[in-house]
Amino acid sequence: MIKITNEAEFEQIITTANGLVVVDFNADWCGPCRMLATVLDQLATENPQIKILSVNVDQQSSLAERFHVQSIPCVVFMQNGQEIHRNVGFAPKAVFTEMIQELLA
Amino acid sequence: MTYDIVIVGAGIAGLTAAIYGKRAGKSVLVLEGQSYGGQIVTTPKIENYPATLGISGFDFANKIYDQAKTFGAEIKYEKVVSIIDGKIKTVTTEKNNYQARTIILATGSKNRLLGLPHEQNFIGKGVSYCASCDGAFYRNQTVAVVGGGNTALQDTLDLADLAQKVYLIHRHDRPTGEDVLLERIKKKTNVTMIANAQVTALCGEQKLTGIQIQQNQTAKQIAVNGLFVAIGRVPENLNFAQVVKLDQRGYIVAGEDCVTSTPGIFAAGDCRTKDIRQLVTAAGDGAVAANHAVQYLSAQ
Repeated sequence: MIKITNEAEFEQIITTANGLVVVDFNADWCGPCRMLATVLDQLATENPQIKILSVNVDQQSSLAERFHVQSIPCVVFMQNGQEIHRNVGFAPKAVFTEMIQELLA
Repeated sequence: MTYDIVIVGAGIAGLTAAIYGKRAGKSVLVLEGQSYGGQIVTTPKIENYPATLGISGFDFANKIYDQAKTFGAEIKYEKVVSIIDGKIKTVTTEKNNYQARTIILATGSKNRLLGLPHEQNFIGKGVSYCASCDGAFYRNQTVAVVGGGNTALQDTLDLADLAQKVYLIHRHDRPTGEDVLLERIKKKTNVTMIANAQVTALCGEQKLTGIQIQQNQTAKQIAVNGLFVAIGRVPENLNFAQVVKLDQRGYIVAGEDCVTSTPGIFAAGDCRTKDIRQLVTAAGDGAVAANHAVQYLSAQ
């Protein structure tokens, strides 16, 4: 997973990425977010063709606002710089694997 | 392979049962459909579990998970869809079938929904079931909490420190939660309690902008940016209704001994009929259920 530290970095990745970009909005104090991070780390390793970004909503509040994030964990799937799907809340690895496969198809 | 004990659910009750089962020398498989830890993962700080001051629910869950793994419990992430009783029981998941001499059901519970139209559409867009998770997004805004128990009261306190205004909407004359929490709420100048009231509708297009409530005979609309639902939890035991007796609310009928209506099947934690659903009682159930499962195995 790529930890986003500033908005410019985020912009550069989503506009130049060739394929699916998965953006995980999370926070350190959020238990389900920490659970999901483990799942997304595994998915990042198993799917090297996609980029998985971690956005801490406390540190990158403007990004959270831009994507209207009001509940975390919130995973936004993007392609060509546009949001194509999102999932709010924790879901097991199998669910995300299926989501990714459907979006890649 | 036939397991001595198959445990359904990797929350605190299930993982405690796994620890006790392994320490008794039994083969133990834990089946979990989501993630280990259960409900406690969303709790930012546990203050009432003996000997653990100030630990996060996530860290607590990790400790029990590590403990269960250390003793050799096998944990698989598969949702159990049915059980067939017999001398050797069959536990069917979405992927596999497992054979078990005994089963411990530790499926916990899930958030009760309000049951209002379009409620699902507003999740993540103003409606939340976890103030500790989502409260920060409503800093300096107006929110409402619906519910009267400890969770609702604690949510109100947490939100009062973040939001500009909090409404606490509860059904009775007085919330049913602990006095100590109620007294803390009364000292908050930005909390308004609305008694004898229910939320009857959610308002908004792309996101929540308000709620309609019915207070006694009067309907009102309140502008809110967020609604936190804390009206209790419900069990998820329908998949086991053919094999164990459930009460009228869907909880598995089992007493303090965790023994169900079916020999060799035990129930531990929030999923069974019980008065007090707390982390410590869930752990206690896990130990009791595992011990009784071990005794049952010895008697076979």
